Amino acid sequence: MAARRSRIPATKYPVERFTLDNGLRVVLTPDRSAPVIGVAVVYDVGIRSEPEGRTGFAHLFEHLMFQGSENLEKLAHFRHVQGAGGTFNGSTHLDYTDYFETLPSNALERALFLEADRMRGPRLTEENLRNQVDVVKEEIRVNVLNRPYGGFPWLTLPPVMFDTFPNAHDGYGSFDDLESATVADAADFFRRYYASGNAVLAVSGDIDVAEATELVTRHFGDVPARPAPQRPDFTEPDLSAERRTSYTDALAPLPAVAGAWRVPDPVTDFAGYLPYVVLAEVLTDGDASRLVERLVQRDRTVTSLGGYLGFMGDPFDVRDPTALLLQAHLPPGGDVDKVLRTIDEELDRLATDGLTDGELARTQARMATHLLRDTDAVLGRALRMAVLEQQRGEPGLLNDLPRLVGEVTEEQVRAAAATVRPERRAAIEVIAGGAR
Amino acid sequence: MSVTTAPAGPRTLPPLGPTRKLTVPKQAERTLRNGLTVIAVRRPAVPLVEMRLWVPFGRVHLARGAMLSQTMLSGTESMTSVQIAAELQKVGGGLSAGVDPDRLMLSGAGLVTGLDRMLELLAEVLTGASYPSDEVSTERDRLVDRIQVAQSQPAHLAREALLKRIYGRHPYATQTPEPGQIQAVRPAALRTLHSERVHPTGAQLVLVGDVQPEKALDAAERALGGWSGAGRTAELPATPPLEPGPLLLVDRPGSVQSSLRIALPAVSRTDPDHAPLQLANLIFGGYFSSRWVENIREDKGYTYGPHSVIEHSVAGSVLVAAADVATEVTGPALLETTYELGRLASLPPKPEELEQARQYALGTLQLGMSTQAGLAALTSAYAGNGLRLDFLAEYAARLARASIDDVARAAARYLAPARAAIVVLGDAERITPGLAALTTVQTEQLA
Repeated sequence: MAARRSRIPATKYPVERFTLDNGLRVVLTPDRSAPVIGVAVVYDVGIRSEPEGRTGFAHLFEHLMFQGSENLEKLAHFRHVQGAGGTFNGSTHLDYTDYFETLPSNALERALFLEADRMRGPRLTEENLRNQVDVVKEEIRVNVLNRPYGGFPWLTLPPVMFDTFPNAHDGYGSFDDLESATVADAADFFRRYYASGNAVLAVSGDIDVAEATELVTRHFGDVPARPAPQRPDFTEPDLSAERRTSYTDALAPLPAVAGAWRVPDPVTDFAGYLPYVVLAEVLTDGDASRLVERLVQRDRTVTSLGGYLGFMGDPFDVRDPTALLLQAHLPPGGDVDKVLRTIDEELDRLATDGLTDGELARTQARMATHLLRDTDAVLGRALRMAVLEQQRGEPGLLNDLPRLVGEVTEEQVRAAAATVRPERRAAIEVIAGGAR
Repeated sequence: MSVTTAPAGPRTLPPLGPTRKLTVPKQAERTLRNGLTVIAVRRPAVPLVEMRLWVPFGRVHLARGAMLSQTMLSGTESMTSVQIAAELQKVGGGLSAGVDPDRLMLSGAGLVTGLDRMLELLAEVLTGASYPSDEVSTERDRLVDRIQVAQSQPAHLAREALLKRIYGRHPYATQTPEPGQIQAVRPAALRTLHSERVHPTGAQLVLVGDVQPEKALDAAERALGGWSGAGRTAELPATPPLEPGPLLLVDRPGSVQSSLRIALPAVSRTDPDHAPLQLANLIFGGYFSSRWVENIREDKGYTYGPHSVIEHSVAGSVLVAAADVATEVTGPALLETTYELGRLASLPPKPEELEQARQYALGTLQLGMSTQAGLAALTSAYAGNGLRLDFLAEYAARLARASIDDVARAAARYLAPARAAIVVLGDAERITPGLAALTTVQTEQLA
């Protein structure tokens, strides 16, 4: 069948940017097609900035930001968002922490009030801290300790690949560290990292730009100015020899493996980074992808396979150092070495022989669908634009991503594949301890 | 203590602006001669289209049904599985198949420019899936592995135990086949099942996106008009009434948490009690600002994500409350849960609690309709239960007019703890004493 190339479509979300006197950066992206809005506040601090002895603190602090603020009692934030018909959450990443709401658009001012109030000052009390330490421990139990493959590979692979505390430690945290956290630690963390100059506010959806600008200024304008702290350099040298490790997961019934390779700096070398994003999809997106066809369908050496950039799966919200990850689950008695060898072989073949007719174009078409689908939700748009503003000063890049992905060439994908070599790999194997 | 640095006195929460009325998007519907109903909804925000095909699939052999969905996209007379996937990819599309006791669902999304091609490929699979033996054998092993992994997940095990507990001999009671049953499925059985049950009579295709609804219906008719109508249908019996009884404790030695699951009676979306019950459910545990979450998470720190939800299936509805709690507080967590259920069932909620829940229910209807994927899921779920999107407006009106009395009545009727069927999965040795202090416990080993 001849390769029919689909035209890669683009979005044209308008983008308004400005900075308040206190340093808060603001991005507005109106779209009046549905009466809903997305509001995101992103602080430039994440797991990598946690002090030693305080593993899990960035995430614990995220919980504390919901526990009341200058003018609001504990529980009020939840009630005011949901009582306006909205939903909310927050999440902690390696390089940032976000707080967000989706609401009917008549709640715009309320959402801005709520976010500004906790930016001025969360209510940090001993009672709330102890309560949320307990809640976070249950979160870790349900997501990591009480289930098979918990934390694989996002918590288990970084310590194999990296040597420094910021890059290698457990971002969920140890129970010891969590339990010894104090209100004073939290106050310090807030003063240092939750500065107006270290934050971005993005609002998307059913807004009028002039009105929203006025409301943003009214609510955030008097948040005391505090400059962004200097972001430390988290750079680490690339691996020069393969690193392998394994652990037994007492609950896991079947083996699994993940491998990761360092990639170019996603921010300062975006052009060099993008081909790896495409490569991950060429290798793993669906039944027609390289590794699924080979490992799942033909060799039957793995039962499922995934590939992505960044330990949390989003290629466009990470800074250096980061990685291309491939992870696979194996059948009973599966041979991890053989799987890794086959991956090497397929990457070699890709680097040497190139792609087949239409392989790149179809992968790019599907990547465009994924990108467009993610931004169809107002919140997806607000969050991504906030992070793009924070890390690159370029929120409008969101509109360009499908096209830029579509412009990656076969030569670039081959060149990227050629660097994904066993001697640069960090790999971790899950040994099944729970076979029944 | 507060680290507040800003001066100024208390600030007051700004009021909400005027509410925007719920408007149902433009749609069109046609039932083709072969019995397939096509519903197209316009939501042009991004140049994509979402596709959901619901084929009634009640009373299908469990293992064969699961294998059929696993292998339906594995090849046709003229295409291999890789070709199907590659052809879909070319138009930015993808298709996946899944089953539950009500339906077989084929879902996908792609660039709207590829709609015709996606429909052609959908038709190719519906009329020509060939279940090649090599692919079936590969997928059989994969499914067996997946079931084995599922059986090591506490959430899955607790769900399985709960379904058995509440559905008894009804087909909903067991929804995951055993590995041995999967191993026995041969391609011939899949071809037979496909020809008997994968037919357009009673099926609904939903298309949502940057489409002109009438044109999308034409496209669907062109592609799927030739899908043959012959085949068997099967009705599911109504689900049995929920039987309260002793707490069922499923032993999972070494668990660091207990999975608490509580089933309560519920009614279908069209029942007059549904809107008041939905509001009562929200007040109890159906959203974050509920009594249950505020009690066992935000006050006591027993759990991370407690929630309760009304689940609608074709043959019946049920309310399920779920929390994973620390092993050492399993008894106290059940006590607080029963307390909150009992309090709501015997005392009317406060007016502000009801208004907050009502705004949440109405607001999340707006949010759910604001994406193509959300609209597609909603339209399809409604269509599968005999409803259309315009029911949304009626449901919103019912939510808007439910009074405190209505909600209190619904709570008394459906949320009373005496009506509950309770299942706990956890370390029996450690949690039995705490639970037995509260209720009669019947312990079972993991199968």
